[in-house]
Amino acid sequence: MKINLMKNDTYSESQLTGLVILRLLIGWHFLYEGISKIINPYWSSAAYLLDSKWVFSSLAKVIVANASMLSLTDFINMWGLTFVGLSLVLGLFSRYGALVGMGFVLLYYLFAPPFIGLEYGRPGEGSYIIVNKNLIEAFALYVLYLFPSSQFIGIDRLIYSSQSNSLGDK
Amino acid sequence: MSQKNKRSNADLLNRREILKGLATVPVLGFFFIKLWQKLRLDKLKKLNLLQDLIKDSKAPSIVKNIGNNDHLRVGIVGYGGRGGHLTRGLGFATPGWTSNAAERAKKNKLDKGFETFMSQTDLNCSLVGVCDLFDARAELGIAASKNEIRAGGKPKESAVRYKHYTDLVSNKDIDAIIIATPDHWHSRVAIAAAKAGKHVYCEKGLTRTFDETIELYDTVKETGITFQLGHQNRQVEAYEQAKKIINQGLLGPINLVQLTTNRNSPGGAWVWGIDPKGNAKTIDWETFQEPSPNKIPFGEEALRRFFRWRCWYDYGTGLSGDLFSHDFDQINQIMGLGIPKYASSSGGIYYYKDGRDVPDVWNATLEYPDKDLTVLYSATLSSLNSRGNRIMGHDATMQIGGESNTGSLGGFIVKADPYSTRYKDRIEKGVINSKYPIYSYAPGSKQIDGITSATSQYFANKGLLYTYRDGKRVDSTHLHVQDWLDSIRSNTLPACNIEEALHEGVTCHMATESYFQGRRIEWDPVNRTLV
Repeated sequence: MKINLMKNDTYSESQLTGLVILRLLIGWHFLYEGISKIINPYWSSAAYLLDSKWVFSSLAKVIVANASMLSLTDFINMWGLTFVGLSLVLGLFSRYGALVGMGFVLLYYLFAPPFIGLEYGRPGEGSYIIVNKNLIEAFALYVLYLFPSSQFIGIDRLIYSSQSNSLGDK
Repeated sequence: MSQKNKRSNADLLNRREILKGLATVPVLGFFFIKLWQKLRLDKLKKLNLLQDLIKDSKAPSIVKNIGNNDHLRVGIVGYGGRGGHLTRGLGFATPGWTSNAAERAKKNKLDKGFETFMSQTDLNCSLVGVCDLFDARAELGIAASKNEIRAGGKPKESAVRYKHYTDLVSNKDIDAIIIATPDHWHSRVAIAAAKAGKHVYCEKGLTRTFDETIELYDTVKETGITFQLGHQNRQVEAYEQAKKIINQGLLGPINLVQLTTNRNSPGGAWVWGIDPKGNAKTIDWETFQEPSPNKIPFGEEALRRFFRWRCWYDYGTGLSGDLFSHDFDQINQIMGLGIPKYASSSGGIYYYKDGRDVPDVWNATLEYPDKDLTVLYSATLSSLNSRGNRIMGHDATMQIGGESNTGSLGGFIVKADPYSTRYKDRIEKGVINSKYPIYSYAPGSKQIDGITSATSQYFANKGLLYTYRDGKRVDSTHLHVQDWLDSIRSNTLPACNIEEALHEGVTCHMATESYFQGRRIEWDPVNRTLV
């Protein structure tokens, strides 16, 4: 897929502000989710995985039963969330960040979807039927992917402008 | 336009580029400032709480660092369900058990029973004698002694069947004896074994009667053998941690301790299956009932009593020696209470009206006037509402197991009291919130176990099945047997030695006597009698 940098297209100022704020909020959320897991020596994805329902529940149990797979899963979650968070906040490779982030949240959704008839051990923090905050965050990230803002506000602006400058020099 | 102006315009443009490129970096800065503030607050809270103990949270070392070069030859009297578990702790499981456990592990990857058994330390011992009054059980014990599926591989020797415990006890080649008979046989076998110079591991409840407790205690002291009472909770890491917290006075003055048993299944109420192989030929009923006050002829009723002996005072002491003894020993381990001055109890047969004579709901009160403390025990066999055990201090309460279980096995939590004196300032400052635990101990929290049956879950929550060493799951029975063998080799006292056993035995009998006599029972420590 060709990445349209929208260098020549423009958002209105308020559209751009809205997109950047959304990017920052989601980035902040990811960053803290990641860092809070890194600094907590007792954190493990095991409890979440064990409570998994629907199509991925057996995969979840296989992961938990295997110590090295579980620690790999923990590692990917801790650092993946942190890097996605940094990417979104700094506007660094944010399109990829948004896509990877969407993948993470979609997986969280699919491992424990709020479908009718599925009951979970842990208490929910809201009332959901089919749609929950994970699903919404996943599609908010999809919107960020489709409407990138980091080439206007973010480190990507410097990367792309230096690239286009060097191209222009030639 | 001059050259200079052009350059400054370009500079301005560049600066604007950079500004827009780095516009969100301050957000990251703000994030880290907030993160740092949060971490600092968390750290302050922890410092203000019981965090000083966490430094000390290393698992207790159970292995006494002695070589286990001395090969020990062990015999067992009573190879029932518990006997089977104890010999597994020694390293000998029946072929049926190992194949079932391996099968279960294949089907359910979370079932760690087989893995836990196979990764046990090889205790360098052999099971050389099995004595059981029921042929089928004795044969299982012998099969277990030969099973090569174990840590350490092929056993050095295998077991011989003994029809009567006296023959096993008089065998000079046997070093140590495990007693897992019904309670009415404990003291006879243990006393005979001690007098023959054998070391003894005896299941709880210590004895069926008070007099037997004193006689057994004196014999163990005179003979100097290594005696271990079968309270495997002594090996539970969490209780050693709980002990440190109590010893540091972090709960403040403790005036009430509440212990509970909550079960709600026929198995939990001792209504166990009657083995179809059991009949007049395969069971030595007359020997079985020899020490009991009331005798009945062999028949249907005798079969029920043989397999469900916990339901009758002729063979056991009901909830007192069977389950209260666990909770008492747990609290005795944590708080070092010893024998109470007074005990009273009451209860009845309310749910299981199946011909038993031991109550299924039973409550006991232990009073320690010199410690300003009352211990309340309350048991039901017809509700699984898990109340847990609580050590209630003026400044904080420690809850072990029960509803507030941290989700991990054998854990506990400590919550500050809203009216605590010790934590008053910190509660006012908001550093301590009495609604949330100020300390929680969840060993093995990064490890998950699939324990299925309700009774297993019950024991696991009490720390009776599994405990953790360095985050790895270990069978506490295995550790308790190991502690006994290590103590024999090093001539040291095991964790639940005869002094601790005396506390358990006398306390349980005081409570049972009170139920029989309908009055408060007093312990006279000078004359060693119940008044």
